[in-house]
Amino acid sequence: MPLGLLKYALSKEHPAPRFFRDCTEPKKSYDAVIIGGGGHGLAAAYYLAKDFGITNVAVLEKGYIGGGNTGRNTTIVRSNYLTPEGVNFYDASVKMYEDLSQELDLNLFYSTRGHFTLAHTDSAMRTMRWRAEVNKHVGVESRVVGPDEISQACPQLDISCSGQAPIQGALYHAPGSVARHDAVAWGYAKEADRMGVEIFQSTEVTGIDVKSGKVVGVNTSKGYIETNRVLSAVAGFTPRITEMVDIETPIVIHPLQACVSEPMKPWLDTILVSGSLHVYVSQSSRGELVMGSSLDPYEMHSTRSSLDFVEGLTSHIVDMFPFLSNVKVVRQWAGMADLTPDFAPIMGKTPVEGFYLDAGWGTWGFKATPISGKTMAETMARDIAPDLIEPFRLTRFEDYELTGEKGAASVGH
Amino acid sequence: MTGRIAKKRGEWINRDKPLTFEYEGQVVNGYEGDTISSALWAAGIRVLGRSFKYHRARGLLSFANHDVNALMTDGEDTNIRADVWPVSQGMALSAVNTDGGVVKDRNKYIDKLSPFLPVGFYYKTFYKPKSLFPFWEDKIRKAAGLGKVNFNYPRILKPKRYAHCDVLIVGAGASGLSAAVAAAKQGLNVILVDENKQAGGSLTYDFAGDQTTADTLNNLLDEVTSNANIRLITGAYAGGYYTDHLVPIVGVDGITKVRAKTVIVASGVFEQPPVFRYNDLPGVMLGSATQRLINRYAVKPFQKGVVVTANDHGYRTALDMAAVGIEVVAVIDMRRDGAKRDLAEKVTEKGIAVHKGSCIYEVVPASNKMAVKEVVVCHYNEDTAEADPRSAVRLSCDGVAMSAGWAPAAALLYQAGTKMRFDYDVQQFVPDQLPEGVFAAGKVNGVFDLKARLLDGQRAAVEASNYLGNASELITVTNPEMASPSHPYPIVNHPKGKNFVDFDEDIQVKDFINAAKEGFDNIELMKRFTTVGMGPSQGKHSNMNAIRILARIRQLPVEKIGTTTARPFFHPTPIGHLGGRSFHPHRYTAMHQWHVDNGGVMMEAGVWMRPAYYVPAGSHLSASDAVQEEAMAVRQSVGMIDGSTLGKIEVFGQDAAAFLERFYTGKFAGQKVGGSRIAMLLDEAGVMVDDGVAVRMAEDKFYVSTNSSNAATVYREMQRNIQLWGMQVTLVNLTGAMAAMTVAGPASRSVVETLIDIDVSAQGLPDGAYKEGQVAGIDARVMRVSFVSDLAFEIHVPYKAGMHVWQALMAAGKQVGIRAFGTDAQRLLRLEMGHHLVSHDTDGLTNPFEAHSESLVAMDKDFFIGQRSLKIIEKKPLNKKLVTFVLDNGFTGELPKECNLVIENGDIKGRVTSISHSNYLNRIIGFAFVSPEQSKSGSRFQVRTDSGAMVPATVTQAPFFHLLESKGA
Repeated sequence: MPLGLLKYALSKEHPAPRFFRDCTEPKKSYDAVIIGGGGHGLAAAYYLAKDFGITNVAVLEKGYIGGGNTGRNTTIVRSNYLTPEGVNFYDASVKMYEDLSQELDLNLFYSTRGHFTLAHTDSAMRTMRWRAEVNKHVGVESRVVGPDEISQACPQLDISCSGQAPIQGALYHAPGSVARHDAVAWGYAKEADRMGVEIFQSTEVTGIDVKSGKVVGVNTSKGYIETNRVLSAVAGFTPRITEMVDIETPIVIHPLQACVSEPMKPWLDTILVSGSLHVYVSQSSRGELVMGSSLDPYEMHSTRSSLDFVEGLTSHIVDMFPFLSNVKVVRQWAGMADLTPDFAPIMGKTPVEGFYLDAGWGTWGFKATPISGKTMAETMARDIAPDLIEPFRLTRFEDYELTGEKGAASVGH
Repeated sequence: MTGRIAKKRGEWINRDKPLTFEYEGQVVNGYEGDTISSALWAAGIRVLGRSFKYHRARGLLSFANHDVNALMTDGEDTNIRADVWPVSQGMALSAVNTDGGVVKDRNKYIDKLSPFLPVGFYYKTFYKPKSLFPFWEDKIRKAAGLGKVNFNYPRILKPKRYAHCDVLIVGAGASGLSAAVAAAKQGLNVILVDENKQAGGSLTYDFAGDQTTADTLNNLLDEVTSNANIRLITGAYAGGYYTDHLVPIVGVDGITKVRAKTVIVASGVFEQPPVFRYNDLPGVMLGSATQRLINRYAVKPFQKGVVVTANDHGYRTALDMAAVGIEVVAVIDMRRDGAKRDLAEKVTEKGIAVHKGSCIYEVVPASNKMAVKEVVVCHYNEDTAEADPRSAVRLSCDGVAMSAGWAPAAALLYQAGTKMRFDYDVQQFVPDQLPEGVFAAGKVNGVFDLKARLLDGQRAAVEASNYLGNASELITVTNPEMASPSHPYPIVNHPKGKNFVDFDEDIQVKDFINAAKEGFDNIELMKRFTTVGMGPSQGKHSNMNAIRILARIRQLPVEKIGTTTARPFFHPTPIGHLGGRSFHPHRYTAMHQWHVDNGGVMMEAGVWMRPAYYVPAGSHLSASDAVQEEAMAVRQSVGMIDGSTLGKIEVFGQDAAAFLERFYTGKFAGQKVGGSRIAMLLDEAGVMVDDGVAVRMAEDKFYVSTNSSNAATVYREMQRNIQLWGMQVTLVNLTGAMAAMTVAGPASRSVVETLIDIDVSAQGLPDGAYKEGQVAGIDARVMRVSFVSDLAFEIHVPYKAGMHVWQALMAAGKQVGIRAFGTDAQRLLRLEMGHHLVSHDTDGLTNPFEAHSESLVAMDKDFFIGQRSLKIIEKKPLNKKLVTFVLDNGFTGELPKECNLVIENGDIKGRVTSISHSNYLNRIIGFAFVSPEQSKSGSRFQVRTDSGAMVPATVTQAPFFHLLESKGA
């Protein structure tokens, strides 16, 4: 039993302060306003305060902290992407995550479990080798492994997938991890709040005031706020925000669904992803299997669940793990993913002065939470995007300088 | 069987069929019809499980699958819900998640540590120093989870059924049964579903000491079962509500997917536990649980019980207990004014003391901490929700029945998009605005009086009927004056805690208070921080109390707190049920059996099975030798491949040519009838998606092929664009209807000529030409193609004739040594020819300029898909280029693999996309992406192998056959 818990037993009053204040009335003006109290927005607020001393910041959240995709994803953190710019960016995020519990003084249950992207076909094996080669080139630990090594890490996996899609090999990415997603948002909120950032929940942005091409304020459900720096860090609603400043992005919104099983004694120690079977699965520290699939194939602005998602997913889960036939799915849910044509985010400055965009996170936003917060804070503070996020600039779509992540990210959240 | 009482009318057990089973090593008797829990309880066994976090002993709580106190394993299955799962002869059960048995569980020490484990404790420790987290995590993971999974459990494939109806009624209690009868009378086709194995809901147990409700039930059941319009499904639950009234009905033997025209939700309510110290001891259970035990299973919940209540239902419970000879020590009523007079009198007549304005302050456990010894009763102030322990009296008893209120089983209503409001009269969330075609009736609708419930069912049926177009007179239901069925705050704080709100997750009142103190003071954050409602029973017994506690903490009315989202599934649903039959369809070409009979090594190609290469019986060819031999046959004489998997689409209509001009990059308007052209498809971003061939069969008719893997995609995109562009074009997808084969090699013409009735000479059918004729007596479409060989004929015939034509060609080619070749040889052959494969040699960003395909792009057309992007791209310098390359003559080192990188000065410049040894050329050749500077013929570049070795390669022209000449020279 760690000594840190002693005080709870010895103290009569619960000896823990609020994580964050209950802010209700915004001030007249702020040095920066961040739209979206998810992991990304709160991380940006935290690094604005910590790295740049900008603490007069308001985070405006329509619902509750971490209630969007931060709380809906399947918590996988990895950096085994396909392009050097992608790998470098996510690797920086992985490195930040590794020390984040200590930095935020909150146990995020950041758990490095190893990540296997299973390949069932020749062409999938080629892609694995491609990713492995690029990863190795930039110093990220990834390699192609054969069925034996997969079986060693996960003896319960049916390598033949019930004879339906025999596994030929996998891309093994040792740093692949999972974390407690809500806690990431809470941790950033807690530390940002401690440094003076004000977080307003149940506060909706209804308009952004732009004069002569510059941001001068935002309209909210709690009144008008003056500011000349606004960051949009929302998911599923980016087009509604960019409409307010008359900017076009190529983002379309697709639902992304997931589900969990009832808790069972942990047996799955690794994170498994299968592109061919459209499955990713890991087991949480509560003992639940956390399972997801690829994006729904249609555009929709809704978080409704569908039956065919869970039917399709589970039919593949029993191929991989036949013995799970009578294990039960407890709950399914959906998030809304902002999808870009090249499966990479849109980050940085925009044609509107003082309006910054952190969007297009599709199915890969959670793993980028620390690095996106840090780089967006720098972008806002210095009005220059750091090199690391330069490939993700909005203008790449006009310039046809797309990143090449499409394909590598389509299932592997 | 100490707890079994005399036979009850309508009991669910069959006393003629006794059975025995084992629980934790002890032999137990029961009857057919018992659930595991009812049989155990009848046998006097009280500890049915250990709790998830603190490993506290637990008995029955809801006895209705609204909690997971009693989860068992039989060694095969795990997490068996003992409260509702039927017991069977010979079962050998034990509780899950114990160490050393449910009574002696070694992990019960964790309960003693609970003061050290406040809400969210795991966020606050175990991470300093960082290096120790894996140690703690391992401990946490060992403690986590409930049952152990059996890795040898069989893969069970349950077929799915489908059903349709006018009205799906969820819940066959009083209101649901009444709705079913009324709807059927309206001529509607009804499916009525209930999770219990018998219909009737609370009519089967809530008797209040007499059995008049049983008569009501029997009358309803008679009407339901005799009506041909009603299909009653029991023992199955509605798993969730999905868009357009799709409701999966989950039973033991699988799922029935019901698509209903309307849905009536009559799913009733969950009884909610009042909260006081040690409300989780075995022997403390919900009032409805005691009634179910008594009236369904003829089991005494205890010998000497106390009822704690905050509604009239507690009195009904007391009467049911008294009726079977249980000594009811007292009814403790938290309400100042107690129950309505008639009920109160009935209870008093039985000699039961009633303590109004009182609560149970705490239950005193027996010395083993696993049973009730007595209860401490004291005054309770309803306004302040405070107990006054100074007034405490102790009542000796061995059990407590709790009835303080209900929460609606409204999950399906929420999922359908119902807006709920909080009704203060019934102290319950009730539907406010229902979505179209969805109706609610009975207790879930806030209607509790039996007569009113019956009427409410009829009302809902009429509304559903009118929604479907009838015009019956609407029924109005008025709730009679009655005391609220739910207490606004049945929660008693205690300085020492252990007053449980969520039994799945061991969450106590102070956990909510402390979570709120830490800032988690809205319901969604509170749920996530405390984990209330996140256990396997998904908040059925805990969410409402959590909302009430938070409302009190924040001094807000309940409706301001709101509810959390109720997501599918209503009960946890087996993965095998959901997965169903796990269909993996394969498609076979017309020549499939020939391939199999002739040693074809079959590989999946999308849904198709194709031969990768052939190892004929008796030969011991290695895969690579087989491939090289097949390829050599094509180069030196003749080979044949089954190309039936190609996409084959007829495009016809007055706009056919104009459509192809918009759809593909090339020009088709001026294409001659009988000619073929490459059909390259891009996406909007100018990325290469597919390349096929378009043959013009007539002025207004084209026959277009696509790559095998894109057949479905291209067809779909064509359909979509025809709609978008509003063109007069019709498509016929012949992909499966036509077999196709390619005869290739210098001797191919001589083979084809023997069987065909048209001129296929160099003049009669030049390269790229198309003709129709008969091959082996079958109408065929014949094209001169040059993908794998300069001379080749692609022959398309109806599927049914495929085998006949294939075999005829094989026979005709026998004397020139014809060989069937598979997809591997095809890849090598096309590589030798210098033809790239879209999506093998190109990727999700490759445009035609990068892949030497600019000649296929008619930029001067008005429009084609991707043209807008290409106009921008063509002004920019290229980033990469696809080139053909050859390794040095006599290369013997580590062979680069596909996707090994092209490296220059430590930077990635590209990658190998295809590489193969060619026996014919005796060289190693391939495709690679390189930087534009490296792309000139003769340029050298370096490929890094798996082991890190750098292999030089030379850009060279394709086809590669010039290498033969240079070698000769």
